[in-house]
Amino acid sequence: MATPTKLISAIPDEEYQRRLRRANSPRPDLWLKLDAVTDPEIPVVSIWDLGVLQDVEISDEDIVVTITPTYSGCPAMESIEQDIIKCLSTSGLKIRVRSRLAPAWSTSWISDDARQALKTYGIAPPSQAGEALCCPRCGSTELRTISEFGSTACKALFQCLSCHEPFDHFKPF
Amino acid sequence: MSEISSEQIKEYVLRLADDAVVQGHRLSEWCSHGPFLEEDLALTNVALDFIGRARMFYAYAAKLADDGSTEDSFAYTRDCREFTNLLIHELPRGDFAFTCVRQYLVDEYSLRFMEELCNSEDPTLAAIAAKAIKESRYHLRRSRDWMLRLGDGTAESNRRMQEALNELWGYTHELFEADRFELSLANAGVAVDPSLLRNEWLTAVSTTCEEATLSLPTENWSVRGGREGIHTEHLGHLLSDLQFLQRAYPGLEW
Repeated sequence: MATPTKLISAIPDEEYQRRLRRANSPRPDLWLKLDAVTDPEIPVVSIWDLGVLQDVEISDEDIVVTITPTYSGCPAMESIEQDIIKCLSTSGLKIRVRSRLAPAWSTSWISDDARQALKTYGIAPPSQAGEALCCPRCGSTELRTISEFGSTACKALFQCLSCHEPFDHFKPF
Repeated sequence: MSEISSEQIKEYVLRLADDAVVQGHRLSEWCSHGPFLEEDLALTNVALDFIGRARMFYAYAAKLADDGSTEDSFAYTRDCREFTNLLIHELPRGDFAFTCVRQYLVDEYSLRFMEELCNSEDPTLAAIAAKAIKESRYHLRRSRDWMLRLGDGTAESNRRMQEALNELWGYTHELFEADRFELSLANAGVAVDPSLLRNEWLTAVSTTCEEATLSLPTENWSVRGGREGIHTEHLGHLLSDLQFLQRAYPGLEW
C-alpha cells in the first residue's frame, strides 16, 4: 500500500507534538506527578490539560520543565512555576522552569476532559467551531454578555437568560 | 540581518517595552475608579495584558544586554530621558472618554503593528507579537464598542469623546514616524516600518468615527519627541508613582 502523502490532522500540529513529547517521554512518572499542578484560578484543570505544560526534560543533574504562558500578563504563571518546583522537589534534582512563547498558546489545546471539567465547575469552555456558547448550568443558549472581561484575563462574564445564572466563559483564544 | 547588532535590537525592544509599560500603567490607574465594576475589571485586565507585553520585551532586552540588567531595572531605575515611549501613551488618563478614545486609537495601531512584527526575522520579537495580536484583537473589539456607544450616545458623551479625539489627534502622527535607526532595522527585516501602517489605520479610524458620529479632527499640529527621550511633563509624574518603591527601597522584593 502506498504511503499517503497528504496528512489531515484533526488536532493542531503543535498540540499533537506536545502529546507526543509526553507519550514518548522516558520518564512518564514526572509528567504524571505534574498532573497534580493546576491553574490556581481554575483548580479543576491541570496545567497539562490546559496546554500550559509543554515539555519535561531530564538530565543527570536537573529537570527542565517548559511551560507557555496563557495571557502575557497572567499572574498565575508565577504561582504555577512555584507549584511545579514544589511538586518535583522530592526528586532530589535541581528543577528549572523555562517559559517558551512560541507557538503562542491557544484554547484549542484544551483537552476534552478539561472542557468537561470546566463545565462541571461552572465555567463555559471556549466555544469550538460550529458550536454555540451555552450556559454551563442549564445548557440554554439564550445569554447576554455582562462584560468582555471577567474575574481573570482569560474569562468573560455572561448571564443565562433562562436560569439567570451568571457565569464565566473561557474565551476562545 | 547580519549587520544588525544585539545592542541595536535591544534599543528597539526597549522602545516597544516602554510603550507597553506606560500604556499599561495609565490603564492600571483606573483600578477601583472604573465607572462600574465590570468596566473596572476590563480596564485592569487590558492593563495586565500591556504590562505582560512590557515584561516580555524587557526580559528580552535584558537578555540581549547581558550586563546584569533585568526587566525590573529597565522599568524601575531608568529616568525620564531614558524612556523612549511614544508620547500618546503617557498623557494622563483624563476622563473615561479620554481613556476610551486613546485606547481605541492605540488598539487600531497595535493590532496592525503586531501583525507586521509577527514577520520579524528576529524569532523572539515574532513570538511576542504572535501572543500580542490575539490580545489586541480582543482589546480593539471592546474599545471600538465604546467609541460607538459614547460617540453616538448622549450629547454629553458625544461632546466628551469629540474633545478627547481633538486633544489626542496631534499625538497620533508620532505613531507612524520612523527615525533612521528604526528604518535601518526595518530594512534588515527586524523592525516594523510604522509609516506603512498609516493608511489602513486612518481608514479604520475614519469609518469608526463616522459610525460614532464623531468628526475627524482638523487640528493641524503634531507633537514628537518620545523616541528621543523628550517627553511631556506627565511622564515624570507617572514614573514617580511607578518607580516609588524601588527608588525608596532599592532591590526590595515581595
